[in-house]
Amino acid sequence: MDLLTILQVLDSTVRLATPLLLACLAGLYSERAGIFDIGLEGKMLAAAFLSAAVAFVTGSAWVGLMAGIGASLVLSVIHGLASITFRGNQLISGVAINFLAAGITVVVAQSWFGQGGRTPQLSGDGRFNPITLPFAEAMQNLPIIGPIYYELISGHTMLVYIALLMVPLTWWVLFSTRFGLRLRAVGENPAAVDTAGVSVNGLRYAAVIICGVLCGIAGAYLATALQAGFVKDMSAGRGFIALAALIFAKWRPWHALYACLLFGFLQALALRPDVIQGVLGFKVNGQLLDVLPYILTVIILAGFVGKAVPPRAGGEPYVKER
Amino acid sequence: MDVMPKWAEVILVPLISLLLAAILSAIVILAIGEDPIAALKLMIDGALGSSYGWGYTLYYATNFIFTGLAVSIAFHARMFNIGGEGQAMIGGLGVALVCLYLPWPHWSIALIAGAIASAIFGAAWAAIPAYLQAKRGSHIVITTIMFNFIAAALLNYLLIGALKKPGSMEPATGKFPEATHLPNMHEILGTFGIEFSKAAPANISFFVAVLACFAVWALIWKTKLGYEIRAFGHSESAAKYAGISPTKIIMVSMLISGALAGMMAINNVQGEAERLVLNAVEGAGFIGIAVALMGRSHPFGVFVAALLFGFLYQGGAELALWTKIPREMIVVIQALVILFTGALDNMVRMPLERMFLALRRNKGGAA
Repeated sequence: MDLLTILQVLDSTVRLATPLLLACLAGLYSERAGIFDIGLEGKMLAAAFLSAAVAFVTGSAWVGLMAGIGASLVLSVIHGLASITFRGNQLISGVAINFLAAGITVVVAQSWFGQGGRTPQLSGDGRFNPITLPFAEAMQNLPIIGPIYYELISGHTMLVYIALLMVPLTWWVLFSTRFGLRLRAVGENPAAVDTAGVSVNGLRYAAVIICGVLCGIAGAYLATALQAGFVKDMSAGRGFIALAALIFAKWRPWHALYACLLFGFLQALALRPDVIQGVLGFKVNGQLLDVLPYILTVIILAGFVGKAVPPRAGGEPYVKER
Repeated sequence: MDVMPKWAEVILVPLISLLLAAILSAIVILAIGEDPIAALKLMIDGALGSSYGWGYTLYYATNFIFTGLAVSIAFHARMFNIGGEGQAMIGGLGVALVCLYLPWPHWSIALIAGAIASAIFGAAWAAIPAYLQAKRGSHIVITTIMFNFIAAALLNYLLIGALKKPGSMEPATGKFPEATHLPNMHEILGTFGIEFSKAAPANISFFVAVLACFAVWALIWKTKLGYEIRAFGHSESAAKYAGISPTKIIMVSMLISGALAGMMAINNVQGEAERLVLNAVEGAGFIGIAVALMGRSHPFGVFVAALLFGFLYQGGAELALWTKIPREMIVVIQALVILFTGALDNMVRMPLERMFLALRRNKGGAA
């Protein structure tokens, strides 16, 4: 196997890991603040649809991105209302949001575009196009470093770089700012935060809103960068893989990056059965690669490989003592 | 003391939630340029206006009774079994294996065998998440979600591999032998001289589902085990203090839950398709969540809610056939029902409670 094939696989790893990473970090903010969110999938899907629809109408991927974030935020606010204001069951709210997005995207897409629940193909500025980083072409012919820089590091869309930058940013926000400290505290011991005179609900809403923005970018990436338009159920379980990655990473930003790259790598391999056969010498079942993230998550959750301890107050609505 | 009278708790709260879901659904239908009243009429006509429509409504309802009961029983132990979908898929595998590879003399014995096999397979699929929850504290919601995906991949693998009918391109098993085919409503009601559509898929499993409702009711409210499950659901620490083993309750309630979800397969696999196809469950496992929430985890409530969702499913199919409203509209309605009866329950409940408190205070003042 040559360098170019390896780089191709790694390149698609990065592209496929990006939506996982954005959704995973989204879940990280929410769950660190004590709000379980199994509605990542639905928020991504809603954002994917609206970003593609608006990008098609306006011809601008950036306007589409904003619309996608808006769609995701609406669902986030519903989740916030249900789980913070009305102290409902966060898991049930997440399930409802997933179904709401799965249904309404197709209903509206059919009504607007009449193409069987999809948006028309996006082209030109309606999509996020690959960016060639400086000197990529000049360096292309250097041995090893040239192709790595040209094929793997350069040539992604803006959103990929935004997603990668979100990792150190999230790490910094969570562990080096006052807001981050409070956010983590509210997920572990909301009563203590309340005693300190900081609004528990305010912090939790902030976390849920950040989660919505990141899911919105993830969804817009799916429809306007990874693919050219929205198709029914295009999130295809990525929200759940992101959730799996979050557990895998034990709710830590850098580990989230590694977990998402690993799961992205598995997805990239599933697309290239020839490569696996070339390396291993035998055929590996594609379904096995597809479910490996889920199986790995169950093993991690079972505590056989280190223990995944979620934020202590996760899933519990906070009731002020009287 | 309860703030609300029992009738308000059992009937008023779900009814208002349902009404809110219906109003929002009507707004969605209006927004896409269709007439909600006409849509409702079409749904009623299509789902309840003929024995053909009823046959489909009851067929869907049968699926939802099984999955709704499955979610309910887990709810009683305060566990959220989101894995009904996967458990029903694996239940279908059980039915398929039993029907394909064992000889059966008569449908009645095949039905019992199918029910037992699907229950065992469904329970087995719930057993691992249950064990991990009980012994390792792994969150059951996450593990059951993961097991849904694993089940789908497993079936996919088997249906394009070992179980595929030789020579066929389609990912499905061969047709089950004649002797395992279950009598449908046309044949059952025909013996009593009642006309019923021959084409509709409702079959004898509907009565098995009704029996399951009674069995679950008796289990939950008339047995020691049911008492223990409810006690555990109300307060784990109190249950522990009373000598109830959490491990046992988690395992047993999840096994029953998985078995019920799996048993759905006697309806959709053995009763209707008469072979195992990909995506045979069609989301019924998830609808079980809506059904259980709307039915307040009571078997009778589950029965009524399952009928309602059966009506929505068949009515929705008619809508997709005759109007420009796509089938996915049902998914929206289902989501709204889950949202209002489940997650936003307090939004409906809080103002009602305030109202009843005010009423009581006024009465107290007058007396």
